[in-house]
Amino acid sequence: MSGPQSGAAQKPAAIRFALGLNLQQYVVYFGFLAIFLFFAITLGDNGFLSVRNLSNIVLQTAPATILAIGLVFVLTAGEIDLSFGSIVAMSALAAAVVMNEYGMTAGILAGMATGIVAGALNGAVVAFVRLPSFLVTLATMGLFAGIARSMTNLRSIPVLDLDFAGFFGSGSFLGIPSLIWWTVMAVAIGHFIYRETRFGAHVMATGDNPRAASVSGIKVARIRLYVLTLSGGLAGLAGLLYAGRLQAAKYTLGESDLMTVIAAVIVGGTLLHGGKGTIIGALIGSLMMGMLNNGLILMGLSVSDQMIVRGLIILAAVAVSLREKAR
Amino acid sequence: MSSQKPVLSLKDIQKHFGAVTAIENFSLDIHPGEIVALVGDNGAGKSTLIKIISGVYAPSSGTITIEDETVSMASAEIARSHGIEVVYQDLALADQQSVYMNMFLGREITNRFGLLDRKTMIAETQKLVDELDVRIPSPHATIRDLSGGQRQGVAIARATRWAKKVILLDEPTAALGVAETAKVEEIVESLKARNIGVLIISHSLDQVFRLADRICVLRRGQQIGIRETAKTDKNEIIGMITGLQQQDAA
Repeated sequence: MSGPQSGAAQKPAAIRFALGLNLQQYVVYFGFLAIFLFFAITLGDNGFLSVRNLSNIVLQTAPATILAIGLVFVLTAGEIDLSFGSIVAMSALAAAVVMNEYGMTAGILAGMATGIVAGALNGAVVAFVRLPSFLVTLATMGLFAGIARSMTNLRSIPVLDLDFAGFFGSGSFLGIPSLIWWTVMAVAIGHFIYRETRFGAHVMATGDNPRAASVSGIKVARIRLYVLTLSGGLAGLAGLLYAGRLQAAKYTLGESDLMTVIAAVIVGGTLLHGGKGTIIGALIGSLMMGMLNNGLILMGLSVSDQMIVRGLIILAAVAVSLREKAR
Repeated sequence: MSSQKPVLSLKDIQKHFGAVTAIENFSLDIHPGEIVALVGDNGAGKSTLIKIISGVYAPSSGTITIEDETVSMASAEIARSHGIEVVYQDLALADQQSVYMNMFLGREITNRFGLLDRKTMIAETQKLVDELDVRIPSPHATIRDLSGGQRQGVAIARATRWAKKVILLDEPTAALGVAETAKVEEIVESLKARNIGVLIISHSLDQVFRLADRICVLRRGQQIGIRETAKTDKNEIIGMITGLQQQDAA
């Protein structure tokens, strides 16, 4: 008799322990599943579940996922980047303009260089002038958006190079769309660097306790420079992906990504005040946001209604994930 | 013990901040396996001295010698490379990270591909906390889930892992309860067996008399004197701290 009894007594504790752990870390997975099931049931007849629609969701979120990876590093280091949306537009325009003059390779280099330089500018001011990244990137968000507008006098620039459009946008490799390749590669490399390298460990330490990091010999200023440069570089890549998929570059690219990407990263399980984060969580968060956009459109909501519903759902999701973490 | 050569030797250390003299003429030898307590009122210069030894401040004059070699502690990194570790008042642990990542903070072990070698770091952490009897649930535990005493145990274990010569403890039990203080004192005591020199700052004279072999008193930047714990008593030390007893004849 005593055997099963003690077993029964232990079980609830073990289950509670497992649930407690999971709930905290995996809010995003439950949210993802819940939203998926909701749309699958309500919109199953409207084509939500079709392979075409589901793969479209992944394709459309590719730039946001790339941006989210950069933001995980930035937030983990205890900083924030509000300017990545504007960097996306600048990079896409730079790539398109240069490409039309000098060809594909030059265009790619121009787009990436624009992102990296813009990110490094953010990073240098934060790291060496020691201004808070919130204010610095709030300022450069406007600055870069202005530059993007003036670059082509608000005109949109067509991307005529079909190799480029295939490589970054509509093409596929081994039967898998190139945007999915980019997403998978960026997530895998980002996750690997974040989890398995000293750089990742130093980013976490810097955001967790900058003083502890610096008395332990970590160059926290350099880490801040690097994460913001990385975020800029990934914004450059996201710009190329937009230009490739839309076969055009415009100053409005990336404009609406700021809220979506921040929400995706926070809901995904990255702490807003630094020290801890997850790349995989950010991917799931990003896919969740994409699914939400897609579902709301399929439901036939007007743009203003979509914004209201999306805002409310993001608010709820962020509230839940932050409450779970605050314990 | 005193027959051995000192592991750390400070001679005629002075520190001025502009016109203000923070430390005037401080000299002290610390021997391997010895615990020396640094006592004095607030503003006496104890923390300044710790910062000089750990390379945060450069002394205005005077020499620091580590095992016969005169060194210049131009930075905290140089001090660390000479085998000197500090346990700070506010712990300097990263709260969201695991015990083992804190143990190797800034000095993570990597494998031949340049990737974090978690297995080795975890094994070394386990070994060290077992040796020092720091009771933590596991090397994977997150720092913020630990009690104050456990955290201080981790901080001291980290210093022990890296200190080859000297550990500086800045008020290691200021924020701890009675039982936790006793545990931390036990850990500090066990450092003697490792032949590490310990310099401890403490406001608790009871603690100083329990732990230290010698007591060094500072008052307003002046070194009032050094006493062997066995040959003095609290009244004398209090007299030296408060100024009832004047400086030893030079």
